[in-house]
Amino acid sequence: MTGPLLRVRDLTVEFGARGKPIARAVDGVDLDVDAREVVAVVGESGSGKTTLARTVLGLERPTSGTIEFDKSPLPTTVRGLRPYRRRVQLVLQDPTGSLNPRQTVYESVAEGLRIHRMVTRSTDSESEQVSRALTHAGLRPPENFFLRYPHELSGGQRQRVVIAGALALQPELLVADEPVSSLDASIRGEILALLLRLRDELGLTVLVITHDLGLAWNIADRIAVMYLGRLVEYGTAEQVLSEPRHPYTQALLSVVPEMHDLEPTVLTGEPPDATRIPGGCRFHPRCPALLDGRAQNAAITEACRAKPLPVINTTEGHVSACWLPETHVR
Amino acid sequence: MSETTSDPTAPVASPAPASDFVKSEKPREPLLEIEGLEVSYRTASGDIPAVRGVDLTVHTGESVGLAGESGCGKSTLASTILRLEPSNATVRGGIRVCGKDVRTLGWSDLRALRWGQAAMVFQGALHSLNPVQRIGDQIAEPIRIHDSTPAKGIPARVRELLNQVGLPSDRAQAFPHQLSGGQRQRVMIAMALACRPELIVADEPTTALDVMVQAQVLALLTGLVEELGLGLLMITHDLSVLGSTCSRIAVMYAGRVVEEGPADEVFEQPQHPYSAALSAAFPRIGDPAARYAPAGLPGDPPNPQELPSGCTFHPRCPVALARCSEYDPPIRMAEPNRPVACVLVGEDGRDRSAAQSS
Repeated sequence: MTGPLLRVRDLTVEFGARGKPIARAVDGVDLDVDAREVVAVVGESGSGKTTLARTVLGLERPTSGTIEFDKSPLPTTVRGLRPYRRRVQLVLQDPTGSLNPRQTVYESVAEGLRIHRMVTRSTDSESEQVSRALTHAGLRPPENFFLRYPHELSGGQRQRVVIAGALALQPELLVADEPVSSLDASIRGEILALLLRLRDELGLTVLVITHDLGLAWNIADRIAVMYLGRLVEYGTAEQVLSEPRHPYTQALLSVVPEMHDLEPTVLTGEPPDATRIPGGCRFHPRCPALLDGRAQNAAITEACRAKPLPVINTTEGHVSACWLPETHVR
Repeated sequence: MSETTSDPTAPVASPAPASDFVKSEKPREPLLEIEGLEVSYRTASGDIPAVRGVDLTVHTGESVGLAGESGCGKSTLASTILRLEPSNATVRGGIRVCGKDVRTLGWSDLRALRWGQAAMVFQGALHSLNPVQRIGDQIAEPIRIHDSTPAKGIPARVRELLNQVGLPSDRAQAFPHQLSGGQRQRVMIAMALACRPELIVADEPTTALDVMVQAQVLALLTGLVEELGLGLLMITHDLSVLGSTCSRIAVMYAGRVVEEGPADEVFEQPQHPYSAALSAAFPRIGDPAARYAPAGLPGDPPNPQELPSGCTFHPRCPVALARCSEYDPPIRMAEPNRPVACVLVGEDGRDRSAAQSS
């Protein structure tokens, strides 16, 4: 495979309502996702990670910038989007909300097959395709689940049905938005293991949107840390989580409850507002490096407050968007 | 031991005089004492046991974590502490809050106990707040109804509470939708503190919040426990949250406590296979063993109506023995102060359990 499966360049997505200030939810993002790769986009609520995912899925239109999938630009017409939406599938956080309570498991999984006329294009019958998708999603034997309704299933099984519905269409990219955050602790690992197995067995590429760094450590090859519409750090999971460079990544990591040995850096305040992005480095009003003197020692406080940072280039390995000199070591 | 239904108008066994509710300075007496608690729900398809014999104690200045998954009975347990369980619940066992027996308390004393001595913080702050009332008025409501603060002093008390939870006092004028998720959870905590309770029960207080806001809310709660000398019972499925905020943890499975002990020990060296699975579900970032190896448990939490025979955990247990399907292990001391219910645990656990199961 040459070149990335998904290529995002200088993507900006703005939302505006009459009489209200424009919110720039995604503000200049470059991101490459290679085939068979698991990439996690992590950040707080309001960082723009879900908007990024929705734009990749063709559910929001980019204000500017480009998205290329398999070397061709994202279609913009409804007709053009239809084949694309078969190749790229979405798995959401809450499986109960994603399933129609009055549809059986079979109907839920077969619905996508019918919309995309998958049965007439294949030698396999509809029930064979549904069985195969359920088996891949770990619901075995699949026939036992055909006539069940969502309320008869556990939370973990429901999420597997949602995943089976996506797999039935034989997608190339799976976008999973907080795939386990509404599941019980013991179920969580099973679903994450399923995502990894799908990558290995079916060659799926997975883009995971999450605020859970433990999840990223469990399954992601690469991690993109997002803050207020921009990627602020990018690298392999080991680079980003074992040697975080950006003060924001360091702070996020320090408040993970499992990280007992780190002194927690609890950032004050809520994530700021996408309608009023601060000048200079967008993180400077909350940045611990400006409070603890690291920025003063490096004589960059002026730059932090006034000089905008370039968009990080995700083809260059471990990169971060920060004026601190120690964050630029290669 | 007493058996009562939750009907608030039920006859009162031993009404305690209201004068008992002067906040006493009795040391040593636990704020919350639960003994042999059993709760079952009466339904058309029979009784469903939700809590099956739980002992739990919370002392002043102590934060105790109760861990468990959906359906394990942890929220049922929480609801019985303030007698908030639904009307089809049958409760057996003893629950004492600040020395008062909650099961037999008269209605007016129970009202005084709620908010005044023990308060709850629920998950999902958006649904717990009235969307069309300013948050200052909502915080003032329990003070007006339950507290002795004179009406003139209430606005000042509301400002004080808002500051205590780290919100600017002018937020009193805001409506819930104008606040972020973390701010709304702070408002819930301010309400819980409104009548200066001694015990706070927090049911999944940070579940819908993201990492940084979760850290802020947890720091706030632990700070308040230290500063005001409160007792805190925190309930969640996230063992890592309890490991970093509580001094002790009790792990519940299928209506029973299967392991209890100092928080860091239960989280770092769990003895029960179920606690071990809960602990491993939230990996230590940087631990090479967790890379590409998410830890989970096969199967689902058991249906309380069809509990497995023997040890209720045996169908999912990675180290189950043949006899686990017949023998339900009692709580034994793995170490001093470390009760665990598993055949593999306890000094003479193997021999004794083998003898009993044969």
